[in-house]
Amino acid sequence: MSGLRDSRTFAILAVLAVLLVVWYLAAILFNLQPQLDSYKRFDLAVPALPQLIADLWSQPKPIVPAPHQVLAEVWNATIGQDISSKRSLLLQAGITLAGTVLGFLIGTALGLLLAVYIVHNEAANRSLMPWIIASQTIPILAIAPMLVVGFNAIGLTGLLPKALISTYLSFFPVVVGMVKGFRSPDQMQLDLMRTYHASRWTVFWKLRWPASMPFLFTSMKVGVSIALIGALVAELTYTGGGGLGVRLLTGSYNGQTVVMWAVLVIAAMLAAILVVAVGLAERWVLRSMGAQPA
Amino acid sequence: MTQWQRLLAIAAGLSGLAAAIAALPQVSTLWLVVIAGTFAAISLCRLLVPLPYWIDFCLAILAGAAVLTGLGQPGAPLWLTLIAMWLFAWLFIDRLSTAAASGGLKWPGVGLIVPLAFGLTLLVMWEALVQGLNVNHVLLPPPSAIWAKLVESVPTLWKDFQQTFLKGVLSGFALGTLAGLAVAILVDRSPFLKRGILPIGNFASALPIVGIAPIMVMWFGYDWQSKAAVILCVTFFPMLINTLAGLNSAGRMEGDMMRTYAASYWQNLFKLRLPAAMPFIFNALKINSTLALIAGIVAEFFGSPIVGMGFRISTGVGRLDVDMVWAEVAVAAVAGSASYGIIALIERAVTFWHPSVRGGRA
Repeated sequence: MSGLRDSRTFAILAVLAVLLVVWYLAAILFNLQPQLDSYKRFDLAVPALPQLIADLWSQPKPIVPAPHQVLAEVWNATIGQDISSKRSLLLQAGITLAGTVLGFLIGTALGLLLAVYIVHNEAANRSLMPWIIASQTIPILAIAPMLVVGFNAIGLTGLLPKALISTYLSFFPVVVGMVKGFRSPDQMQLDLMRTYHASRWTVFWKLRWPASMPFLFTSMKVGVSIALIGALVAELTYTGGGGLGVRLLTGSYNGQTVVMWAVLVIAAMLAAILVVAVGLAERWVLRSMGAQPA
Repeated sequence: MTQWQRLLAIAAGLSGLAAAIAALPQVSTLWLVVIAGTFAAISLCRLLVPLPYWIDFCLAILAGAAVLTGLGQPGAPLWLTLIAMWLFAWLFIDRLSTAAASGGLKWPGVGLIVPLAFGLTLLVMWEALVQGLNVNHVLLPPPSAIWAKLVESVPTLWKDFQQTFLKGVLSGFALGTLAGLAVAILVDRSPFLKRGILPIGNFASALPIVGIAPIMVMWFGYDWQSKAAVILCVTFFPMLINTLAGLNSAGRMEGDMMRTYAASYWQNLFKLRLPAAMPFIFNALKINSTLALIAGIVAEFFGSPIVGMGFRISTGVGRLDVDMVWAEVAVAAVAGSASYGIIALIERAVTFWHPSVRGGRA
């Protein structure tokens, strides 16, 4: 028994089970008043408890939808729909995913370039770094609509405006992490390279770059999740292209709570898939570099 | 000076010289360009006599002023002056950084001058390029237009700031942070809960939580309470996982020492573990300070009273009132940087013992 209590999976499952119970209870609590009102409106007597709970958990537009309603909607909108249909959340998730990945790739590349420059140039370190940090205090998501309109004005439409917002968000953790990573080799190792009379280029490829790999993947995990946020919010304001954000917005206008929750669940799954994908890439790269499994 | 700096200096002097010559036919209006270009050309004498970097600073400012006054007549002289200004600013930053890195400069504020000079250069370039190239106003308005709008609509901006920042963001931030802290301290008492909640919290902080904004608007109405609720959820998880990590960061030795003092749980918590967790907690506070502002503004896109920064931005976009949007963004940026800065200052005071602070660089 102590083995079970000590296992991580069991602990996670237990916490999740508690959350699920709380969710079902919340679905009862929050939906009670509207349900009672609707009984009154149709002159129905309040039914016995089991029926009442069943009604509470199957409202068409509940305040808090029950988990099984959300799951049913997720199922209907993905597997149950033709993938080319606009109602298919799989299609919408694909649009969001494309924007996220494109923005994330550009952002990672940009972050890497900036980090290389900053590490090798003291002036860049002193002048760029503070502004890179300050750049993230600008709520770029807030001007996402502006940028999208602006890019449209110069003929940039489609995926790229959205992706650029993801880029703006995701380059930051990469710069900060990689500056740290490129500086992570200690003085001894740098001195050794000096005794070999290694050029800066060689020091970079043979020492700094390999040493920074763990930092790269840690920052990429952060970067990919905020790239997703960027793409979602950009879609809130650029409704022409479709995507999960658009479904969220239309769901919110039409009061389709179940759809909104389903969109959020799918966005969460997307985040999980992306983070896991980066994690797998990390394992593969570190192993092929000969790192000891931790 | 290094080889690279010498190259920069020559390029800067030559472009100044070229600008002065090109501006000669219009000397009555572009007289400042001629003066700046002449001084830049004179600075080429540095190949014989070394000049201090303050000269580069003054030349960059002179060239910048010449660019700004000459914006009415875009053409070769203006662009050459702009290039000269950029090169002089670069040279100044490069030389000052090198001097600062070698430890020759001791006076306070030297760390600020380099980024400020860089920012100013960017602003002048932005203004000159947008005006000179006739960039579409919708795409990017010049800083001067944004500034004019900012000054003109201070009362509106202040009302929006009150609604979004003082009411929504601050209350949500305080609630989320305190809730994260309290839950972390509670969870920390049980190893079982800790094992269960840490991975979930880690996962949750990777989720696009801002997406719950429409749901919160539905639950708590259009006013700032719904925004505070979104911010609470957004700031909760970073605080939770950072505090949990921080509470376990106190060393074994210190813990053993507290035991030899027969310290109670609470004494142990307040005298050892919370102080040891402070670097982690402040890390979360910094992350949260920007997250909270973003979440507050984005949440207003889903419905708000007719006041608020997010409301003003979304309506401004609708009617292409770009200057207003950028003015709000400027306010948000200043508010965001200021809160980040305040948190960083408090951090330095609280975690004075931490190596990263004692080393003099946060």
